[in-house]
Amino acid sequence: MLRSYLPALIMLAISVANAIFMVVLSTVLSPGGRTKVKSAPYESGMDPLGGTRERFSVKFYMVAILFIVFDVETVFLLPWAVSLRPLGWEGFASAMIFIFILTVGLVYEWKKGALEWD
Amino acid sequence: MIAQTLPANAGLYLSAILFAIGVAGVMIRRNAIILFMCIELMLNAANLAFVWFSPFAGVQGQVFVFFVIAVAAAEAAVGLAIILAVFRHKETVNINEFSLLRF
Amino acid sequence: MTLDFARQSAYFWALLPEIVLATWTMLVLVVDVFRSSDHPEESRAPVAWMSLAGLVVAGAANAYLLSMREAAPTGMIAVDSFRVFTNFILLLAAGLAICLSFGYLQRRHIDRGEFYVLVLFATVGMMLMAGSRDLILMFIALEVMSVAIYVLVGYHRQDPRSSEASLKYFLLGAFSSGFFLYGIALLFGATGSTHLPTIGTMLGDGVGTASPVALAGMALVLVGLGFKVAAVPFHVWTPDAYDGAPTPVTALMATGVKAAAFAAFIRVFAVGLGGVREDWAPVVWVLAALTMVAANLVALTQGSVKRMLAYSSIAHAGYLLVALLSANQAGAAAFLFYLLVYTVMTAGAFGIVIANSQGDHERVSLEDYAGFGWQQPLLGAAFGLFLLSLAGFPLTGGFLGKLYIIRSALESDNVPLAVVLVLASLISYFYYLRVIVVMYMRPAASANSHDQAGLAVPGRAAIAVAAVAVLALFFAASPVMRAAESSVASLFPAAPALFGMTP
Repeated sequence: MLRSYLPALIMLAISVANAIFMVVLSTVLSPGGRTKVKSAPYESGMDPLGGTRERFSVKFYMVAILFIVFDVETVFLLPWAVSLRPLGWEGFASAMIFIFILTVGLVYEWKKGALEWD
Repeated sequence: MIAQTLPANAGLYLSAILFAIGVAGVMIRRNAIILFMCIELMLNAANLAFVWFSPFAGVQGQVFVFFVIAVAAAEAAVGLAIILAVFRHKETVNINEFSLLRF
Repeated sequence: MTLDFARQSAYFWALLPEIVLATWTMLVLVVDVFRSSDHPEESRAPVAWMSLAGLVVAGAANAYLLSMREAAPTGMIAVDSFRVFTNFILLLAAGLAICLSFGYLQRRHIDRGEFYVLVLFATVGMMLMAGSRDLILMFIALEVMSVAIYVLVGYHRQDPRSSEASLKYFLLGAFSSGFFLYGIALLFGATGSTHLPTIGTMLGDGVGTASPVALAGMALVLVGLGFKVAAVPFHVWTPDAYDGAPTPVTALMATGVKAAAFAAFIRVFAVGLGGVREDWAPVVWVLAALTMVAANLVALTQGSVKRMLAYSSIAHAGYLLVALLSANQAGAAAFLFYLLVYTVMTAGAFGIVIANSQGDHERVSLEDYAGFGWQQPLLGAAFGLFLLSLAGFPLTGGFLGKLYIIRSALESDNVPLAVVLVLASLISYFYYLRVIVVMYMRPAASANSHDQAGLAVPGRAAIAVAAVAVLALFFAASPVMRAAESSVASLFPAAPALFGMTP
């Protein structure tokens, strides 16, 4: 039975061997040494302007959080939508309560100004 | 067919290994974000166990996974905000640097 | 009304207090956000009053729960008087915490309506956790509670200590819920259910006790709950989190969170897994002994009163574990009684820590209490009372509580643990009395160093309520004890043999 997995095993072995080969090859062939120029960030051949570790505005984070909430909402709504009929009105009411609670959160965020980019 | 070719408890072993990796990561690593990722790994190991058990133990196991995902998302939102707040004070997320609260 | 959980609508009635409180909380959230966008500089006291009103309404709904009976214990949530009793403790803890935060938040410049909303959401989580009869509901409730508390601990964003405490609490809290969840998964695999009575029946029949999966699941659930109740050696987060958090939040964590976790503990272990007692009882025995001894010894070395109280709350977790181990009805009743006493005296003690703070500055070191007893006679006397009660002196509720616990331990032939409890309490006398000595015997730094107690009128009322309750739980303890006993009777099902409980 396990034999049917043999191709997968061979595939795995080849890819691992290939990966190791590539890494070894590049370390052997490449001219060594880390110079200051080499480790500088690449900006189309220009001298880099400012640091590369730039701070992101916290706004991106707010948007990500908002996204997570409604993303996870879908996880619950999708199974409910698929079995809408067998679940009946009780299921419908539960889902509406769920959405209502999320809406309260949305109203809060809106009023708090978390949805405005500027 | 797969169930016959795999060892009987393969999923359980895999989830136990994932869980152990998560626990070991929390013990060893010092970066708060990586610690948090290891905790997520623990939760997902539990998810895998739930799904693996559900054919024998009941289909509700798969439903629990949804709840755990939702809980993990809430935890991530709050946890990352906390890490952000700490980073503003300390400019680091290395937990060895946090020593204000010692006696 | 009889609730039949085969019908979904039964859950509406079974969850009435939680639904009422959650709805009210959402209302508070919306009202606050509309109000604050119009008047951003105004005090948030109306929001606090509204939150207190919500707790009262939820309390009424909770009392209404007494009129309901369940057809069979098949629901995810228990409808029994034990739940009603623990809900009242949790609502009381939340109410005291809110009362204590009047004025404190303004002085520390963190007066926002979200504080109260988070306290209320955490309370909803606590109530669900304490009442749940299903491990998955318990996990979700635990997270509802914990996520709100993580935020509350880090509520003072400008204070690096608060943020740091929040991070530590968050990482260890999430770590422990990982253990808890994996334990649930394993128990689910071993028994095919997350419903506690079903798990108990399956394991009690000898189906699962031999199974390593079930044993591992029980061990992991024990670790997860051990973290939440802060039993040694899972207590490392406690002093830091309690110390760094804003003090009203510390009060809530020490009382509400701990009470909820303990109620869940008793539901899982003493009731659900009561049939396989011999598998977990030795471990809990060791945890209880370690907790009592280690926490009291470390508390001796603390120079900060707030940290000392944190270690004291760990030590009290040890006493409660002793009551839990004597898993007879007397033990559970003693447990419930002590939980109530512990809640009022700990909330009161942290209230005094708030009273001794000034401006944005929390004065928590022992020297800061010098002369407090003379310059603030009433608050000083109340603090003395709380400390004596925590130590277990006669004429206080703490004394009777400890007595009940010792009696239940002796009745279940657990003499060594009772001895450890008494010895640990003797150690604790030293550090509790030291504070009283400093408060009365040492001169204050200046004649007016305690002129202004940092406590608004509602906070003073909370202290008064707690002080009266500590006394009442000694002088009028019997009605409370009777209520605890009848609540516990509902906890242990009528067919004792099924759960390994012999009357």
